Amino acid sequence: MDSQLNFNIENSFNSRYSYCARQVLDELPDSFTISDPSISGHPIVFVSKGFLKVFGYSKDEVVGKNGRVFQGPKTDRKSVMEIREAIREERSIQINLLNYRKDGTPFWMLFHMSPVFSKEDGRVIHFVGVQVPISPPWRPRWSASGAVRNGANMCDDGDRVCGNIMFGSCRREVCSDTPVELSRVLALESVLDDSSRGLGIEETCEASYLEKQKAEAAINKIFSVLTRHSELTGRFVCAKRHCLPGAGILSSSLNISLGRIKQSFVLTDPHLPDMPIVYASDAFLRLTGYARDEVLGHNCRFLRGVDTDFSTLYQIKESIQTEQACTVRILNYRKDKSSFWNYLHISPVRNASGKVAYFVGVQIEEGSKNQDRNGLCPEMRHRSVVGAVKVAVRSLSMGAGPSRS
Amino acid sequence: MLRIKRVPTVVSNYQKDESEEAARRGGGCGRNCLNKCCIQGANLPLYAFKKLNKVVCDKGMPEFENREPPVAFLDSLLLGEWEDRMQRGLFRYDVTACETKVIPGQHGFIAQLNEGRHLKKRPTEFRVDKVLQPFDGNKFNFTKVGQEEVLFQFEASEDGEVQFFPNAPVDVENSPSVVAINVSPIEYGHVLLIPRILECLPQRIDRDSFLLALHMAAEAGNPYFRLGYNSLGAFATINHLHFQAYYLSVPFPIEKAPTEKITSLDGGVKISKLLNYPVRGLVFEGGNTLQDLSNTVSDACMCLQDHNVPYNVLIADCGRRIFLFPQCYAEKQALGEVSAELLDTQVNPAVWEISGHMVLKRKKDFEEASEENAWRLLAEVSLSEERFQEVYAFISEAIAAHASLEDSDGKSESLEDVDAITNPPCAMVTGTQECLVLQ
Repeated sequence: MDSQLNFNIENSFNSRYSYCARQVLDELPDSFTISDPSISGHPIVFVSKGFLKVFGYSKDEVVGKNGRVFQGPKTDRKSVMEIREAIREERSIQINLLNYRKDGTPFWMLFHMSPVFSKEDGRVIHFVGVQVPISPPWRPRWSASGAVRNGANMCDDGDRVCGNIMFGSCRREVCSDTPVELSRVLALESVLDDSSRGLGIEETCEASYLEKQKAEAAINKIFSVLTRHSELTGRFVCAKRHCLPGAGILSSSLNISLGRIKQSFVLTDPHLPDMPIVYASDAFLRLTGYARDEVLGHNCRFLRGVDTDFSTLYQIKESIQTEQACTVRILNYRKDKSSFWNYLHISPVRNASGKVAYFVGVQIEEGSKNQDRNGLCPEMRHRSVVGAVKVAVRSLSMGAGPSRS
Repeated sequence: MLRIKRVPTVVSNYQKDESEEAARRGGGCGRNCLNKCCIQGANLPLYAFKKLNKVVCDKGMPEFENREPPVAFLDSLLLGEWEDRMQRGLFRYDVTACETKVIPGQHGFIAQLNEGRHLKKRPTEFRVDKVLQPFDGNKFNFTKVGQEEVLFQFEASEDGEVQFFPNAPVDVENSPSVVAINVSPIEYGHVLLIPRILECLPQRIDRDSFLLALHMAAEAGNPYFRLGYNSLGAFATINHLHFQAYYLSVPFPIEKAPTEKITSLDGGVKISKLLNYPVRGLVFEGGNTLQDLSNTVSDACMCLQDHNVPYNVLIADCGRRIFLFPQCYAEKQALGEVSAELLDTQVNPAVWEISGHMVLKRKKDFEEASEENAWRLLAEVSLSEERFQEVYAFISEAIAAHASLEDSDGKSESLEDVDAITNPPCAMVTGTQECLVLQ
C-alpha cells in the first residue's frame, strides 16, 4: 500500500472518532468493516477482529481493500448489483451474500450495510458493513420448515451470545466484558465453520429472523460507538441524514466514481461564488503538494505564480464563459513554490438535466516521466478523463437517490 | 411479406440518402472510407485484448476478476477517442445536453428526451418477417463510413497480453474488427462494434462474433458499459453485423428484475428466466470459461434466427450476465395490432428500451413518462407465455445438441454447418435440470 493511501486510511478514521474508538470497536464480538467512499477505491478503513476470524485474513490484508474482494465466482451477481445500488443511493441494505474466506471456501452470510452521515453537512462519511454468517445447513429459500428448525437451534446455543447483542445496550459495561463473549462467539463460529466444510454450496439462502436481528443489533451497537466517539472530536456523525448535503458537496457515489480515475484533475462548480474546487483527485494532490482540505472550497488561482502568463489566464476565462473546451500550456506553482509547466485541458461537464454543472480541469505535467503511460498521447489522456467525468456526473445526477440535483 | 415504416437511425455521417455522392477528390472515393478504394495504406489505433480463455472467474480465490478501479485501459481509450470525436464535432448533437431522468417507481425505468435523434430522415420501409437476410452491398453498410468515425481496431492479442498500437496499419487480409462511433448517440460513449468489418457479414450472430462482443465487455471492465444486439425484425436497421454499446452508470430495470433458475449446464452456465418484468426473457450467467458462456448464448441466438424469431441481446455486468429476449413487436406493428397511442410515441423497442432505458422523442412523452407507460409499451414487445415456452423448448434442444456434439468431438470450433435444429442428435439438456417446463 502506498504511504499516501495509508495515511488517508488512518486519517479517515482518526480524524472523525476519538482515539479510544478503535479499542471499543475491537472489543465488539461482531464481524464488521468500516469503509470510506471518499478515498479512491472505497477502501476498508477499519476491520473487526470478528471479521478476521471469520474470513481468515490478517488485518493488513483487509485494510485498504475494497469489500468486493471477498466475493467469488459463485457470488450472485444480482446481489452484488443491489449492494452497488445501495451505495449509490446512500441507503441501508440487508442481503444474503455468498462470500469467500482466504482459503477459498465459500460461505453464506447476511450482509447488513448502512451509511454513516455527517451531522454537520449531511454527507456520507463511512459505510458500516456487518457480516453475520448464516448457520448451516443452509436453507434454500423456500424451505420453511428448515428455517424454523434452524432458527430454534440458533436460539438455543446462541442464547448467551445473542442475548447481550439483542438486549444489551451499548453501555461501556457491556463492551468491557466482551473479550469473554468474543471468545464464545468465535468458538461458536469455528464450530459452524467445520460443519460447513465439504458441504455443497446452496444457490440461494435465507437468513433466519434471529440472524437478521443479530445484524441489526450489531449495526446499532457500532453506530452507538461511532456516534459517541465522534462527539469527542466535535465532528458528529449520525445514522440518519439530518440535512441534505449542502452546496459544493458531492454525493459519495460520485466520489467513488471519480476516485477510479487515476490522473490529475479537479472539478470546479461555476454556480458557487468564486468557482471553487469541489473535487480534487489524489494525483492532483501529489502533483501540487497540497492536502485535500487545502484545495477543496478554493478557487484554482492558488496554482498561479509570478511568471504565469496573463494571456493564458484570459484564454481560460473566456473558454469558461463560452462553455467551450480549451487546452493551454500554463506555468503553475506547487505548494513548495516550485514551478512546473502544466499542459491543461478544461471542459464543461453537464448534469442529467443537460445543464453545465461543473468544469473539469485535467493537468499533465510536461516532461514528467509517466507521460507515455499505456501509449496514449497527452491529448487522449486529457479526453479520457473528461469522458469518464462526464459519464459519472451525468449518470449520478439522474434523480434516483438523494444526490444533489 | 410484413413491412413496417420507420425513420432509420443515422449512425454515420456517410449514411446520407444513397443518391448523394460525395465529390471525388484525390485517391479513393474521396471520403476516406473503409472500402477497397481508400483502405490501402490506412492506419488506425489497434487494441489487442488478452484472450480470457481461462475464465471470468476461475478459481475459488477471492481476488479473481474483481478489480474495478482504476479505470481499465480499454475504458480510457474508448472514452478518450469518443470525447475527441465529440470535440471534433462529428456527432449530430451533444447527447450530454439531452435531459434524462429515472422515472419514479419500483423498477427505475430511465427516460431520456432526445429531440434531435430522429429529425430530418424520411420513414423507410423495413421488412420485419425475415430475421436472416443476405447482405446487400448497395445499401448503407459500415464499409462506407469515414475513417475518422472509427475509434480503433479490436482484436485478440497474439502473445496473450494486452497491447496497444496508436498507429497500426489496417491489415485488409486479416479482416479487422473495428469500433466506430454512432453519430446519433443515445448515451455517452455510444459505439458500434463491427466484427470483421471487411467481410461484410449480414446481421446474424455466430460464435466467434459473439465471443468478440463478450471480450469487449470483459475488457472494458466497467459494469455500466453494456453491449446490445438487435436482430432484423427486432429493430436493427442496418443489415451489416454489429453490436452497440454505451455508458450509463445506473442499473437498468432488467438487471434488477428477479429471476428463477431453469437449469445448469455441464459447462457451468446457469439459465434462468426473468420474473416480474414486462418482457419475457432468459438470463445466462456463470460458465467455467468465458467461451462456455459465449457458446451457450450464441447457440441460443443462432437457434432463434434459424427459427425466424426476432430477438434482442443485452450483455451486462462486464460480460457476466447476458439477457436474451425473443420479441414480436414489429410483427404486431406490421399486422396493425399495436395501438395508435403507442405508435405515436415512435419509440422503437430495441434492446435498450427493453432493458429499461427509454429514449423519447417528444417532450410531452418525457414529461408524462411513468412506470405504467413504460410497462405498457414493453408488454407489447413480449411473446405470450405459451409462445415463450415453445421458443424456450427449441432453444434448450439446440443448446443440448451443440453440447452433446462437443462432448463427442472434443473441442468443436464452428458448428454453423450443423443443422442441429432440424436434426437434433439429443433432445435433452445436459446437466442438472430443475424445471424444464416453464409455467
